[in-house]
Amino acid sequence: MSSSESKPALIEVRDVTMAYGTNVIQSDLTFDIHQGDIFVIMGGSGCGKSTLLKHMLGLITPDAGDILYSGTSFYSASKERQDSMRKRWGITYQSGGLFSAMTLEENITLPLELYTEYTKAETKDVVAYKLALVGLAGYQSYYPSEISGGMRKRAALARAIALDPEILFFDEPSAGLDPISSSLLDDLIVQIKESMGATVVMVTHELPSIFAIANNSVYLDNISRTMIEYGNPAQLRDHSQKAVVRQFLSRSATADEDSA
Amino acid sequence: MSTSPPGYELLGESQDESLLALSGAWAQGHSPEPFRTIASQLISNPPHSLTVDGTGITHWDSLLMAFLLQCHDFCRTQGIAFGTRQLPQGILELLDVATAVKPHEEPEETPAPWLSTLDPANLLRRASGGTRDSLAFIGEVTIAMGRLATGRANTRLKDFTAFCYQTGPNAFGIISLTSILVGMILAYLGAVQLRQFGAEIYVADLVVIGTLREMGVLMTAVVMAGRTGAAYAAQLGTMQTNEEIDAISTMGISPIEFLVLPRMLALVVIMPLLTVYADLLGIVGGGIVAGGMGISPPQYISQGMGALSITQVSVGLIKAVVFAALIAIAGCRAGINSGRSSAAVGQAATTAVVTSVVYLIVADAAINIVFQQLGI
Repeated sequence: MSSSESKPALIEVRDVTMAYGTNVIQSDLTFDIHQGDIFVIMGGSGCGKSTLLKHMLGLITPDAGDILYSGTSFYSASKERQDSMRKRWGITYQSGGLFSAMTLEENITLPLELYTEYTKAETKDVVAYKLALVGLAGYQSYYPSEISGGMRKRAALARAIALDPEILFFDEPSAGLDPISSSLLDDLIVQIKESMGATVVMVTHELPSIFAIANNSVYLDNISRTMIEYGNPAQLRDHSQKAVVRQFLSRSATADEDSA
Repeated sequence: MSTSPPGYELLGESQDESLLALSGAWAQGHSPEPFRTIASQLISNPPHSLTVDGTGITHWDSLLMAFLLQCHDFCRTQGIAFGTRQLPQGILELLDVATAVKPHEEPEETPAPWLSTLDPANLLRRASGGTRDSLAFIGEVTIAMGRLATGRANTRLKDFTAFCYQTGPNAFGIISLTSILVGMILAYLGAVQLRQFGAEIYVADLVVIGTLREMGVLMTAVVMAGRTGAAYAAQLGTMQTNEEIDAISTMGISPIEFLVLPRMLALVVIMPLLTVYADLLGIVGGGIVAGGMGISPPQYISQGMGALSITQVSVGLIKAVVFAALIAIAGCRAGINSGRSSAAVGQAATTAVVTSVVYLIVADAAINIVFQQLGI
């Protein structure tokens, strides 16, 4: 599988079971995400990818199981400990999650004001730099409603990296973008990840993105309601024992039995 | 880890080349001199090239990157060649990413002189534009009503009944409270004045006529403007944000028929009923105060019956219908014209309440003048 196997696990998902009421969506999810990975959570629509991400972010408590960050359990940690863990994360949500009543500058200033010791003038310069990193230099005074969808995704990324996070979470980062913008965003994610030394966890079913940037992945199955594959996506496409995974990764509607 | 404060020094290596030597911990908590201090030095004596040397940097975060970016952008605008050496690992990659796209420049916009905003012709044009839009909306609603009357409108009965329920029964609590209290206020006001002439008994007339003609319907309308008008604006504004209104229009369905009519008709049907309820409770509230002032309930009732007439009741009901239409129009129009962000939805709700209260008061005054002239 991937070369990251030898490194210690940064995030450990342990026996996580998720359910809405009595309707179990996924059960017994156990896998590791290693330092420096670009890790993709894959699976068909409605299999619980985004819900798993929300469990990892502590937005929804899983029905069973735990998630460990650098060996510390998130769900048995104190509120203060959880908050300090959260400060090391940068998150972009499916629809961006930018505050619509604030300009881009105010959006990015907010976490900097709350959690850093930068002076006002320094914060302004740092915001300019973060916007420049995502190719939005000079757009400080724009409101999210005044820029395009692709720019909003990048602005959300700028806010996510405001605090130089150790882990970046993305929920469908390139959904709704054209192929060029989408591949530019992929490049940007890789560049930022490489230069900041961050770990990336993303939910997506954009195959080009998955093959272009991911080095490790987990596949959640709709039918057996658990994870059925774990590993490098390109290798899974060619060598997975599970027909549905090969089907998913080669974008075909029928299982090609001969390649099994 | 040494935490010497961040600093920099501008050295002239040769005549045309300058060297900017950075040192110390460039991280939060330590404030270096802002970039503009060297910018002024560089402007007064511009070199051909500027090289940033990072040998002395012990520790860094985004603060250093922000500084380097300013350096880079400054050199680009001044035509100075920018170079680096001995920078800590990772910085060059980040700087490359950050400088890959040129900063966005606002298109030149000549600001209109502020006096021109007071230009009467401009103000008139804007006011007439607003009025025309309002009239156009009322016109569209009227046409939609015509289509409904001939059975050709895309209005669903299910929507209408749902809105009736939202508007009516759900509002009983708040209407009960406000109308009883307003009835009591009217009675207090009247009793104190009338007692001076020994005419306390006429409190009953005052409460009955005041409530039926004015206060019952007006208080109901104000509550409905805040409760239902704002809700309509928020619902339609959210639909605008979610592109639901676009979806309705492109299906060939008129948003006025599908969204505005059921809301407006629900309010027009429910408002008179709520008004009757509010009138009753208002008169009861007046009776409670009158009882406290020594007027017995039979006296209050018999005196009140004398003042009660079908004219007084119908004046209130006519107003209720007019007010309901105005509240629905103000609310729906604010919602349909709302912007496409969540902030715009809040703005639409505010606009709806403010406009409907203004409409209510103007309409109430106008109706009173007309009835006065007609002697009703």
